[in-house]
Amino acid sequence: MRTVDVSVLTQNISEMCIEANHYLSEDMKTAFTEAQNREQAPLGRQILSQLQENMEIAEKDMIPICQDTGMAVVFLKVGQDVHFVGGNVEDAVNEGVRRGYVDGYLRKSVVRDPIYRENTRDNTPAIIHYSIIPGDRITVTVAPKGFGSENMSRVFMLKPADGIEGVKNAILTAVKDAGPNACPPMVVGVGIGGTFEKCALLAKEALTRPIDKHSEIPYVKELEEEMLEKINRTGIGPGGLGGTTTALAVNINTYATHIAGLPVAVNICCHVNRHAVREI
Amino acid sequence: MDRYVNVPLSEKDAHSLKAGDYVYLTGTIYTARDAAHKRMQETLDRGEELPLKMENNVIYYMGPSPAREGRQIGSAGPTTASRMDKYAPRLLDLGLKGMIGKGKRSKEVADAIVRNGAVYFAAVGGAGALLSKSITSSEVIAYDDLGTEAIRRLTVNNFPVIVVIDAQGNNLYETATKKYCRE
Ligand code: SF4
Repeated sequence: MRTVDVSVLTQNISEMCIEANHYLSEDMKTAFTEAQNREQAPLGRQILSQLQENMEIAEKDMIPICQDTGMAVVFLKVGQDVHFVGGNVEDAVNEGVRRGYVDGYLRKSVVRDPIYRENTRDNTPAIIHYSIIPGDRITVTVAPKGFGSENMSRVFMLKPADGIEGVKNAILTAVKDAGPNACPPMVVGVGIGGTFEKCALLAKEALTRPIDKHSEIPYVKELEEEMLEKINRTGIGPGGLGGTTTALAVNINTYATHIAGLPVAVNICCHVNRHAVREI
Repeated sequence: MDRYVNVPLSEKDAHSLKAGDYVYLTGTIYTARDAAHKRMQETLDRGEELPLKMENNVIYYMGPSPAREGRQIGSAGPTTASRMDKYAPRLLDLGLKGMIGKGKRSKEVADAIVRNGAVYFAAVGGAGALLSKSITSSEVIAYDDLGTEAIRRLTVNNFPVIVVIDAQGNNLYETATKKYCRE
C-alpha cells in the first residue's frame, strides 16, 4: 500500500495544464517538419511554416499555442495499491485545473450548464476518466481539448455486415465533413468496437498515443497507414486551403464488441494535439 | 496575390479582393463570437442600437486567452465561423464588410456576402500565439460580463488573413481542395 496525498495531484495537474498549452510533444514537432518537406501546395507550406513559428513563439513568450486552451480532459490510471489521503480526488483534480487555468493565463471556456451557459470562470469542471491498474503508481494524462475539432467528431453505430470498408467510410466521412473547421492538419483518433460510450473513449485515448507509434495489432496498423494516405488524398490541406497534408496521423484503438454491432467513433483533433503525461 | 489593406474596409477594397489573395490588414477591427452575436441579435430584435456600427467594419470571430502583465492580449486565433452563420446575414445587410474566422460558411452567408459586396477571410486556425503579434491594442467595448466572449476593439498591424469567399462569390475552400484532391 502506498499513501498519496491528493495535493500531489493538484500540484501536478496545474503544472500540466500550463505545460500542455504551451509546448507540444516531440512527436508532434517531428511530424510538422516532415509534413513541411512533403507538402506540395505552396500556400500549404506557408501555413505549415506559420504553425511551426507559432509553436516557437508559444514556448519562447509563454503565449498559449491556441487561444482555445480547451476543456481539460484528465485520464487518471490509479494503481490499486494506492491509498489517497488529504481530501477528495475529484476536488483535487478540479483544483489543479482551476489553478492551472487561472494562474497560467489560460482561457476559461467552460459553461456550467449546456443550456443556460454561464461561464464558470475557472475552466472547471474537468472531464475525468478513471481506471484502476495493477501496482502502486498513478499515471496522469492531461489533454486539453479544443472544440473546433471536438465539434466535428462523430459516433457511427455500424452493422457487422459493414465490415472494415464501413469503418474506412466512416473515418473518411468524418474527416471530410470536418474539413477546414477542425484546423487541419488534424490528428484523427478512432475507436472501433465496444459499446456506444466505449468506442468514444477509445477514440479519445487514441489521441493521447504518440503519433509516431502504431497499433501493435497488424491489421490495425495497416488500417492506420491506409487511412492516413487516403485522408491526405482528399486535398483539404493545411488550414483547409488545399494541399497534401490533411492529417499528421491516424491512431486507432479497438476493443471487443457485441455480435450485433460495430461501433466506430472518430474523435478529430486539430494540429494542436495537446497532452502532458506524468507518472506519480 | 499579396495585398496590404486598411480596415475598416472600403467598398472599393472589398470589391477588389479575390478568393486566394493573401491580405495584411491594418487598422481597427472588432471581436465577437457566439454569445456576443446572440446578444446583438436580441438587441436588434428589440429595435435597439448595436454597441458598434456595422458599416464597413470587420468582425473577427475570436475569444482571446488572458493577457499576461504588460501585454495587450493573449493567444488570439480564429474560431469556427459556421457557428455565427445564423446571425451573419443580418449584420451583413446592416453594412458589415468583412468577417475573419475559420471554416465553411452556409449558403445564406455566401449569398449575403455577394449581395452586400463583403468578404470572408480565414486566419490560420491554431496560430493564436503568432497572430497575437499583429495585434497592437485591445479594449473591451461591450458585454464585459461575457469574459473572453466580450466585444473588443482591436488595433491590428499587418494582420495576416486569406480571402476565402470574395464579393463575387468565389470560394477558396472549394477550388483549392479540388486542385489537390487525388481520390
Ligand atoms: S480546433 Fe484546435 S487549433 Fe483550432 S481553434 Fe480549436 S483548439 Fe485551436
